[in-house]
Amino acid sequence: MLEIKNLQASINNKTILKGLNLTIKPGELHAIMGPNGSGKSTLANVLSGKSGYEISGDVNYEGKSLKKVSVEERAQRGIFLAFQYPLEIPGVNTNNFLKTSLNSIRKSKGKKELDTLTFLKLVKEKASELGINEKILSRQLNVGFSGGEKKKNEILQMKILDPNLSILDETDSGLDIDALKTIASGVNSSRDSKKSFLVITHYQRLLEYIKPDFVHVLSNGKIIKTGCGELAEELEKTGYQKLN
Amino acid sequence: MKYQELEKSKEYKYGFVTDIESIKAPKGLNENVIKFISKIKKEPKWMLDWRLKAFNRLKNVKEPNWQKPKYPKINYQDLYYYSAPKSAQDKPKSLDEVDPKLIETYKKLGIPLNEQEKLAGVAVDAVFDSVSVATTFKDKLTEKGIIFCPISEAIQKHPDLVKKYLGSVIPITDHYFATLNSAVFTDGSFVYIPEGVRCPMELSTYFRINSSETGQFERTLIIADKGSYVSYLEGCTAPMRDENQLHAANVELIALDDAEIKYSTVQNWYPGDEEGKGGIYNFVTKRGACRGKNSKISWTQVETGSAITWKYPSCILQGDNSVGEFYSIAITNNHQKADTGTKMIHLGKNTKSKIISKGISAGNADNTYRGLVDISKRALNSRNFTQCDSLLMGNKCGAHTVPYIKNKNASSIVEHEATTSKINEDQLYYCNQRGLNQEEAVGLIVNGFCKEVLQQLPMEFAVEAQKLVGISLEGSVG
Repeated sequence: MLEIKNLQASINNKTILKGLNLTIKPGELHAIMGPNGSGKSTLANVLSGKSGYEISGDVNYEGKSLKKVSVEERAQRGIFLAFQYPLEIPGVNTNNFLKTSLNSIRKSKGKKELDTLTFLKLVKEKASELGINEKILSRQLNVGFSGGEKKKNEILQMKILDPNLSILDETDSGLDIDALKTIASGVNSSRDSKKSFLVITHYQRLLEYIKPDFVHVLSNGKIIKTGCGELAEELEKTGYQKLN
Repeated sequence: MKYQELEKSKEYKYGFVTDIESIKAPKGLNENVIKFISKIKKEPKWMLDWRLKAFNRLKNVKEPNWQKPKYPKINYQDLYYYSAPKSAQDKPKSLDEVDPKLIETYKKLGIPLNEQEKLAGVAVDAVFDSVSVATTFKDKLTEKGIIFCPISEAIQKHPDLVKKYLGSVIPITDHYFATLNSAVFTDGSFVYIPEGVRCPMELSTYFRINSSETGQFERTLIIADKGSYVSYLEGCTAPMRDENQLHAANVELIALDDAEIKYSTVQNWYPGDEEGKGGIYNFVTKRGACRGKNSKISWTQVETGSAITWKYPSCILQGDNSVGEFYSIAITNNHQKADTGTKMIHLGKNTKSKIISKGISAGNADNTYRGLVDISKRALNSRNFTQCDSLLMGNKCGAHTVPYIKNKNASSIVEHEATTSKINEDQLYYCNQRGLNQEEAVGLIVNGFCKEVLQQLPMEFAVEAQKLVGISLEGSVG
């Protein structure tokens, strides 16, 4: 699914990622943990194709290099990023945004665009699965949403767009326990043998609800340790400091 | 590669010229040309006299020059003041008799007239160059006593109404372009809604400049008698041209007691090329008088075309409790310039006005909101609310807000809010990450920015306008 080899990324002449290697196979869920400033969000941004980074090394997705592939094309090919800070877009109805997004992706795959009725039915179904109040979907995108609502909305978008590779950038931070469970159930219900996940988090808390296949510790732009689920628990007790 | 594709897609969609032989008045502006126009329109003497009075006045007034966008001096003697499609000499009685080439042109513009009659429920008084070629739905309107016809026809058939109201909102002495229009106007729409009648459909006109070097001088007069209601839509596109073309229309609205007029415009004249060559000068005078008590006039405009847009659709709130509204989207890209806004003149008691202006500037363009709120001494308990928002794209464009506020009594309240923002890169990134390309993302964000105004448009226009907003800004980011 995803193969990262010796990835280096710098921004404003500051090197953030310093030779990162990671392979994610179809159906796997990888968690990336690490202290502040270790490069977790940079990794998410670089994978999504955000501009402004100087990049070297290889990133292959579904067997093809992502070099020179635009943000929207990556999205259309099935890479989804749940933002750490979802953006507010005033005046744009959330449902309308979701529909435009879904149809852009369908169009790029040569699929027929969904009409409004079919779309609303789909949204309704997915929202109720996640226990999201439909009312927020008729509001302006993320405008006046609480922190939890914004993050839930990201997961709803993930469910609707049905990506192959989902990257969750600290989706759990700042959430209460109920919202955390919602997010986790959104991820768990999406898992199957073909879909892959990269879950970036600060805390082990989320991993109590989402069981990762692998846990990686990112520190100073490199993965310094890889293990299974227990590594997260261990980190919770000992902290990152000991690993360095 | 991508850049080139963008450039291509930006090219003006409606840039074509229909090959129809035109009748032209000789070049130049003089008494004979005015007499020629009046004669060809079979006008009564009073109309010719009115025109000549304006022409004489014109000799003593100068073009205003206080506006922000400057333009090269116009040689008024080098313009044609009348041109008509030849086939219009024998006026078609039905659509079947209309020159097929005209119909073809409308089709390119996406206005299938013959389908519109059935589908849209919109009566169309289509103006091709200066002569009306087809009028539909007349019977249905006649039933209700509504008059909707070319103004040249109204001059002949309804002289009393025309005499009473023409020039009563925009006097022939008003300013250079209004006076010029009064002298040489060729055609336009006339609407009269009788007392207590609610016009059963949206009235619509499509304007189009076609002949080379023809200044287009439209004249529109809409009268809503006591307790009546009408919604009027105006939309326009023009073919690609190198020379600048002057468009100086006058639009007068009159609302009597308890009447309401809603006037919506989507303006998409040829804006010139990427270097700022060519394009229409859109110098339009639009003014409405809320003459009766409890009357209401609402202007909505989506201005995306023209090299220079210079217009202030205004409301004179004479009647007590009358209401004036102005909703505007002005989009300027490349080298386009706009200086637009409104005037709300409060004369009656308890009068209310609302101004919502959204200016969007991209490329090297310049966008100015200029507005006057004038509350007179006797306009007690009046209110105004103004909101001016500007959105900038890139770092070579400009946005300016020039509000003039005069409140001459202590019981009235005026509010003014203004914001300026730049289109946010992170918002674009967020949209891209959801699979939208740059154009779709910009269209979405800008449509969100303009939402309050777009909501004011009648349904059939709103969809078109939303698309236009996106198209107008294509290639302006990234």
